Amino acid sequence: MVRSKLPLLRRISQIFFLALFLGLLVFTSLRPSGGATSDIHMRAPVRLFFEWDPLVAIANAFASHALYRGLLWSLLILLPTLFLGRFFCGWICPMGTLQHFVGNMPSEAKRGKQRIESNRYRRWQTAKYVVLIAGLIAACFGSMAIGWLDPFSLLVRSFGLAILPAFNFAVRAVLLPLEHSHIAFIKTTGQTLHQALQATVLDFRMPHFAQGLVLGVLFLLILAASLRITRLWCRSICPLGALLGAVSRWSILGLHKDPATCNHCNRCELHCQGGDDPIGGAKWHKSECLMCMNCVGSCPEHSLSFRFFRNESEVASPDLSRRKTLTGIAAGVAAVPLMRANTGLGKSRHERLLRPPGSLDENEFLSRCIRCGECMKVCPNNSLHPTLDQAGLEGLWTPTMVPRIGYCEPSCVLCSEVCPTGAIWQITPKEKGWVVGVGGAQSQPVRLGTAFYDRGRCLPWALATDCIVCEEWCPVSPKAIYVQEAEVIDSAGNTKTLKQPRIDPSRCVGCGACEYACPLQEHPAVYVTSIGESRSPSSQILLSRK
Amino acid sequence: MAGETTHTSDPKLDPIQAPAHDPVPALTRREAMLQMLRVGGIAAVATGGGYWLSEHSSRPAAVHAEQARRDHRIAANPQWPKMTVVQGGEPRALAQRALADLGGIGRFVSRQDVVVIKPNIAWDRTPEQAANTNPDLVAEVVRQCWQAGAKRVIVTDVSCNEPRRCFQRSGIQAAARAEGAEVILPDPELYREVELGGVVLKTWPVFTPFLEADKIFNLPIAKHHGLTGATLSMKNWYGILGGERNRLHQQIHQSLVDLASFMLPTLTIMDCYRILLRNGPTGGNLEDVALKKTVVASTDPVALDAYVAKAYWNLDPEHLPYLQMAANRGLGTVDFDKLPVKFSNLA
Repeated sequence: MVRSKLPLLRRISQIFFLALFLGLLVFTSLRPSGGATSDIHMRAPVRLFFEWDPLVAIANAFASHALYRGLLWSLLILLPTLFLGRFFCGWICPMGTLQHFVGNMPSEAKRGKQRIESNRYRRWQTAKYVVLIAGLIAACFGSMAIGWLDPFSLLVRSFGLAILPAFNFAVRAVLLPLEHSHIAFIKTTGQTLHQALQATVLDFRMPHFAQGLVLGVLFLLILAASLRITRLWCRSICPLGALLGAVSRWSILGLHKDPATCNHCNRCELHCQGGDDPIGGAKWHKSECLMCMNCVGSCPEHSLSFRFFRNESEVASPDLSRRKTLTGIAAGVAAVPLMRANTGLGKSRHERLLRPPGSLDENEFLSRCIRCGECMKVCPNNSLHPTLDQAGLEGLWTPTMVPRIGYCEPSCVLCSEVCPTGAIWQITPKEKGWVVGVGGAQSQPVRLGTAFYDRGRCLPWALATDCIVCEEWCPVSPKAIYVQEAEVIDSAGNTKTLKQPRIDPSRCVGCGACEYACPLQEHPAVYVTSIGESRSPSSQILLSRK
Repeated sequence: MAGETTHTSDPKLDPIQAPAHDPVPALTRREAMLQMLRVGGIAAVATGGGYWLSEHSSRPAAVHAEQARRDHRIAANPQWPKMTVVQGGEPRALAQRALADLGGIGRFVSRQDVVVIKPNIAWDRTPEQAANTNPDLVAEVVRQCWQAGAKRVIVTDVSCNEPRRCFQRSGIQAAARAEGAEVILPDPELYREVELGGVVLKTWPVFTPFLEADKIFNLPIAKHHGLTGATLSMKNWYGILGGERNRLHQQIHQSLVDLASFMLPTLTIMDCYRILLRNGPTGGNLEDVALKKTVVASTDPVALDAYVAKAYWNLDPEHLPYLQMAANRGLGTVDFDKLPVKFSNLA
């Protein structure tokens, strides 16, 4: 009975990779380590799953004509697919595992016969190929919009920006009353639990993200869809699944059906994950099969088995009509020019689109950013948030800094270290150049924008009150904020001497510390806009810099 | 029942017939009583509970703030100087000599004391940049506290920059842990509302470890500051507060005095090993750092601040109004030259 052990093996593999994924995601945060005063770097290989993602690699290669860092590793998945089919979807992909799990839950809409019926092959499963074609064509036009639907982008974005913050909140909501209990036992239990969770899964700070609710609800809806049709997302939308499905047509491993012994009991259909018709008599849809091995394990007649080099009639290629192919191509061709007809790309910049340090110029940025949210997850100051309209519709969910919530930490480069595609090019604290290091000639620093004063709200400018907290926080040296003493008259008619702050645009790096520290929290009197950002030669104020 | 005939003529509106074979059994008296009791019980609980809750409805009041001045000073002893200035050595040696000059650690820490050491760990800077207290200086004080038989030695601060970065890159976390101190990072859930009793500072959240200490050592670093000219020992108390500290600048001198008269340390040991002469308090550029190889320690924070301001920035007390204000509040004396001050040179 070797065959029946395959589903068990698969389950172990799925649990392992899901745990690996969640572990890496939790480690996508600032964790001090190393020498006493050394720079802080990302040590865990948190980009691992993206480096295994051939869709990200191929689309990135189309869009940027290059492969960033470890993306070549995706061949590790792509090449075995040529031999083994979509094993990745069934055995590794954590997004698939979660849907697999939900799909197994008891559901009113999926009882007995309905469950069997829901697992039959359907023509709408070809929709994912249309998505894939459109996404890859869009990539050729320089947009990585496919990142909206890439399964790892979707997972990291949803977990990192919605599910984990919600989990953080819930855990604290439960533990805090325990910790404030008057009963010593409950108090210590709560404190111990909190410390243990704090050291492992909880974030150091309670993070929150713009659109977290939207991202979370979308994700839960995708999972809930599996209650009706198992792995609806994998079967019908996932572009990575489509890519692997298309590649698996050459796979030499296939389902062998023994028509003589099949008595059409339908058990193989009961837990089929891909909707690929393993049952005898029907043609097997190779590109839909996720190699989950449930059919082999459940067949009471042992009439199903996976074999190399078989000669049986099957539907090897995606069941894609010419019309659908053309639809995909047309959608991809039209999408990017239409989106850019809207934004003009760089010609109508949003003043508050503040890209993370190391980001490439907007054109290059959009041809790499897959909107995965790794940079937002890792930012220790909760400074990066997904955009809604700041980067145009095309840039939805790409990162932008919100200094009012968190400024950019002067010597931190974690976002550039976790970016899987090089939209935020990896930089060192020295290259960032906000803190002059020990020795060495200083080149121009990375600048995110420039700060400006709202003199109608600033305390020393408008309200005859001492302040200059902004000057205190300014991290560059010499400071980009300088003060001038001025005599002002307060409401009682007394003359006061105050220090009024001003910005030197040639020194300002746009970190946002001034905006963050400003006491006028809800509408700071000093604020950063994107003009002067070093990534964009066309977005400059000054003719020359000192 | 006049309309009954017309109803039956329409087949869709036929009255539903009660099933003939399923007679409803009569309710017994016992069951009726039980039902009444159930309904009555629920009604009574709902009414009682609702009444009790409505009695307890009041406008949410501010969290009760505790009122306590934290006076950790020790009795003055004419045998020992009030202030000592030690020059020409490495941080550990400087601290050793400064403590010895003032009577030794045993004068300040008793057995079983919970000692909290408050260095400046505000910024994501390395020791060479002189924006945070020197880590070796902190380590030496930790070591001596253990020698004096302290029960717990805690090193903590409420940073401005990201705390994990500040505690690591300042070197203080590693140095203090190596000497066995508890290093506590600011935790948003570890604050208590405290009535500071100041002129401008009324109720503020204070980081709990500072409220539960037997002895407190203030270990500031001398730095330039844009608003006041220099940031010295009293400014270091900003780091015990949570909340919106960025408002304190509006009346910085009064805020400093309010804080200093709330938190009275056992001893202040000022790090002048490296001092930040310009672009403070964040600095960053090594050109702004001057190596002075000095530690100044005193039981009189006012005299200490006045001395350091004069020595390194040539600021007289009239440039730093908070000094006189603090002296008027009885926190010390501005005239450091009238104090018994001991000068030592290790070189």
